[in-house]
Amino acid sequence: MAATVLPVPFERSPGYWANVWRRFRREKLAVFAGCVLLAILLMAIFAPYIAPKDPTFGTMLRRLRPIGTPGFPLGSDELGRDMLSRLIYGARLSLFMGVVPVFIAFFIGSVIGIAAGYIGGAFNMVVMRIIDVFFAFPSVLLAIALSGAMGAGITNGLISLTVVFIPPIARIAESVTTGVRKLDYVEAARASGASAFTVVRTQVLGNVIGPIFVYATSLISVSMILASGLSFLGLGVRPPEPEWGLMLNTLRTAIYVQPWVAALPGLFIFITSIAFNLLSDGLRTALDVKD
Amino acid sequence: MLFYLVKRVLYTLPVAFGVSIVCFMLVHIAPGDPLTSVLPPDASAQLQQEMRRLYGFDRPYYEQFLRWFGRALQGDLGTSIATGRSVTSELVKAMGNTLILAAFATMIGFVLGGLFGFVAGYFRNSFIDRFASLLSVIGVSVPHYWLGMVLVIIFSAQLGWLPATGAGPGGSSDWAWDWAHLKHVVLPAITMSVIPMGIVARTIRALVADILSQEFVGGLRAKGLLDLGVFKHVVKNAAPTALAVMGLQFGYLLGGSILIETVFSWPGTGFLLGNAIFQRDLPLLQGTILVLAMFFVVLNLIVDLVQSAIDPRIQRS
Repeated sequence: MAATVLPVPFERSPGYWANVWRRFRREKLAVFAGCVLLAILLMAIFAPYIAPKDPTFGTMLRRLRPIGTPGFPLGSDELGRDMLSRLIYGARLSLFMGVVPVFIAFFIGSVIGIAAGYIGGAFNMVVMRIIDVFFAFPSVLLAIALSGAMGAGITNGLISLTVVFIPPIARIAESVTTGVRKLDYVEAARASGASAFTVVRTQVLGNVIGPIFVYATSLISVSMILASGLSFLGLGVRPPEPEWGLMLNTLRTAIYVQPWVAALPGLFIFITSIAFNLLSDGLRTALDVKD
Repeated sequence: MLFYLVKRVLYTLPVAFGVSIVCFMLVHIAPGDPLTSVLPPDASAQLQQEMRRLYGFDRPYYEQFLRWFGRALQGDLGTSIATGRSVTSELVKAMGNTLILAAFATMIGFVLGGLFGFVAGYFRNSFIDRFASLLSVIGVSVPHYWLGMVLVIIFSAQLGWLPATGAGPGGSSDWAWDWAHLKHVVLPAITMSVIPMGIVARTIRALVADILSQEFVGGLRAKGLLDLGVFKHVVKNAAPTALAVMGLQFGYLLGGSILIETVFSWPGTGFLLGNAIFQRDLPLLQGTILVLAMFFVVLNLIVDLVQSAIDPRIQRS
């Protein structure tokens, strides 16, 4: 009998990102949150095709209809505009105002933090003390103070939220970079004569960007709440633009007439914010970031 | 310890100075002149000039800053443009109301958050742990101004149990310790307590789990100590950090109360700040933010010092 030689199965070791993806998939709650966010994103992108009505057109004859009114599945607002359409369109500005400041702050904060951490010395001292000053303000207070001083508007809202998120991101970036900088392989790269920029790009960046990114994603939920909060106060987005925080503000007077219609926009902010939080928790586990 | 104290205080000074520069600059990033909003549009050029001189807006920035800073150190934060009253007197009254609200909220948030966090950390990975974790995620994700609205809808609009706005009967803003006033603080305090609750629960859970995994706990158990005895040791070890979190959250609530105070028309600093923003009352805006931020800075310092006094191992640099 001839022994059959089984071919040894060739196994490629999965790459780093494949491992991350595998670990992420195991976090059921985070995957679910990701799906919810994807749905909200699609809703925002395809709003003109999904929304049954024009979000800015209203008629005073049909104002403040309850949920389930024929033609107004989620009721109508104080100016007789269709709530469902406004909520769908509202996803656009609300997501934009929540996510964009964190991303800009992620870039600026990372550059500041990595530079401070890598260069160290007096430069680090000066930069981090300035960061400390901004840290001395509670984030809500700083956001409201800045946009309050600059006045309402989308751009001013974006600027003030970005300013709020740069210090915490820079602080994390600085602390992880300081940790990595002292490692042997970074020292070796420096000894080889590579320029600071090259060392940061090839040796440092890959090791610090993960933790910074995970931290930044955890801020999106706060940013969503703050951005809508600014609009809720009458700063940030201005009427008649559909935005969840602003809708909540203009519907406040209707809580005695149509309470649940008035509360709807907040529910959307809540769902988005909790989904971002769960997703960020999942990413943290998947990327194995320890804090 | 004394060295640490001096070092920590010295370190706070430049931060406090930086904070006042930021507060001062707020007025100057605003579009237009700080006076344009109060002067009638047809005011003569001469009147505008005179007003500008009166408020000192014609001086160079550094001189304006030094003057403002010097006066602020003496407790004079200028005059409100809208009401003509001194900013300090407006602030003192509002600060009292905000302190009351924030104190109640911190208490509720800390008791509940601490309880959830403790139970979750003690029985890790149990059903209770999961439930508490979920609650804390909800706590940090919920837009608190919306939660306030929902509570008003349920307990004021629908059930009619509690008042929806103000700090006392008839919309009075003077606080008193009786049920008529306490009734008004219930909803805003519960709403506000959600902010620290999630964070406190998370911190305490991690803290308790960490302490329980340390060797000395095993040692205590081996000594034959009952669960209650171990429990006492865990509490003792968790207390300094827990207190620090509580102090910082209290400071955070003082400064971050504006959205909740707006929902409930609670006559505190946040409400004052809202008014200052919409009436473009820049001296009031500047002064309110300065006081709130300084409160936060000083509280940070106190928390640090108290924490290192209780537990000398923690000397944050």
